[in-house]
Amino acid sequence: MARNIKLRIWRGDSTDGGLKDVVVEANEGEVVLDVIHRVQATQMGDLAVRWNCKAGKCGSCSMEINGKPRLACMTQVASFGEEETITVTPLRAFPVIKDLVTDVSFNYKKAMEVPAYEHPKELAPGQARMQQIDVERSQEFRKCIECFLCQDVCHVVRDHEENKKSFAGPRFFIRIAELDMHPLDMLKNRKKTAQEEHGLGMCNITKCCTEVCPEHIKITDNAIIPMKERVADIKYDPARWLGSKIRRREGL
Amino acid sequence: MSFVVYATFRAFEGANYYKDHLISPFYSPCLSEACLPEATILGFTPVSAEIFNFALSPALIILIFPLGFRMTCYYYRKSYYRSFWMSPPACAVAEPHKKYTGETRFPLIFQNSHRYFFYAGLVLNVILSYDAIISFKNPEGKWGHMSVGSLVLLVSSTLLWFYSMSCHSCRHTIGGRLKNFSKHPVRYKLWSWVSVLNHSHQRFAWYSLAAVAFADIYVRQVATGAWTNFYFF
Repeated sequence: MARNIKLRIWRGDSTDGGLKDVVVEANEGEVVLDVIHRVQATQMGDLAVRWNCKAGKCGSCSMEINGKPRLACMTQVASFGEEETITVTPLRAFPVIKDLVTDVSFNYKKAMEVPAYEHPKELAPGQARMQQIDVERSQEFRKCIECFLCQDVCHVVRDHEENKKSFAGPRFFIRIAELDMHPLDMLKNRKKTAQEEHGLGMCNITKCCTEVCPEHIKITDNAIIPMKERVADIKYDPARWLGSKIRRREGL
Repeated sequence: MSFVVYATFRAFEGANYYKDHLISPFYSPCLSEACLPEATILGFTPVSAEIFNFALSPALIILIFPLGFRMTCYYYRKSYYRSFWMSPPACAVAEPHKKYTGETRFPLIFQNSHRYFFYAGLVLNVILSYDAIISFKNPEGKWGHMSVGSLVLLVSSTLLWFYSMSCHSCRHTIGGRLKNFSKHPVRYKLWSWVSVLNHSHQRFAWYSLAAVAFADIYVRQVATGAWTNFYFF
């Protein structure tokens, strides 16, 4: 059954902007992205919103709904109270282009800074074989849809713009973890660079990235903390360091 | 917070920690010369009763290890960074600090020592389990008796094992650091089990904290004579 809901949408660009109130019709089962589209079609023809799949798989419609970073296509209107005003704002950690669309190129720059997988020289393409249990571990990280909600919610860059230079963010920590846990990856210094170049030590594991992940990836428990422990192995654990020098075990 | 206040009071009290084969987990192992002889492990008391003319409570010698273990625990870190340091106060809520360097500098860089406190915690768990076993004696020292105190110590030491075994450093040590699970099937299996426990690390953290506090309260009440330790058989 259709009903009218109160929506407050941030309108503006990089120079100025503010919240605009609208009342719009919402049908049963609709998500926030549906009602934003209705506003666009009926009241604000020039409203900018990024979207694509409407199925929670492309990561395009990331925005902040009532202050929480979420996918608009996966947020049911019915999850809010009938009298509640739904406030929709762009991702706070990234510069606004227009209305609900932000410039997320920070993430692409960070992606380029993570060295790619390095294949063993002795294996020709097509010869590599991996066991299922080794594949499963990194499979979880491959679910990432790059919605950048984790990057947006992370207070290291959300509240401290100056940290953007030295902090890759949770999305890229799972990428680094995936590669460091890869049995065939031959690049040796991932742990060291994770700490010294990508800012792993800046993370204080408050788990907000895990809380907002629409793919339910256990970013903190399965990627960031294991990477912190791996960094501790090489940088902060004299016993492990000595052991590695004596026994020279590489790539366990 | 109330636990911290109570634990501080108990750590400095230096008394009422032993009665009829029940020893408080705050005071075990009792390593000070000030310890009651029956509370020590085979009379092993390597630490002086006084330091710089100040009486040293036996609890202060060992509490540094569980304190360090919990302070550097990944779960507690999340908890106190949010609630006390407000970094951040909650997800997507602005933090009040002008500058942020995370765990890259002194003193927070010492959070990386968690594994050492984990190892120390394992030793303490063995000793506390030994204490729980010893409590199955009656006041005359005969085996095969069980009291409410035995149950309290047993539950407390068991929950401490669960807390330690679900720890992220344990998960890493036991198999997390491997690149190739398929080449280490035993460690992979152990890692899988620890991973299951790890999901409930937060729960074990609180349950074990409450159980240890209650075990100490129970032993103290029995030692002061306020409560009678009831024997089932």
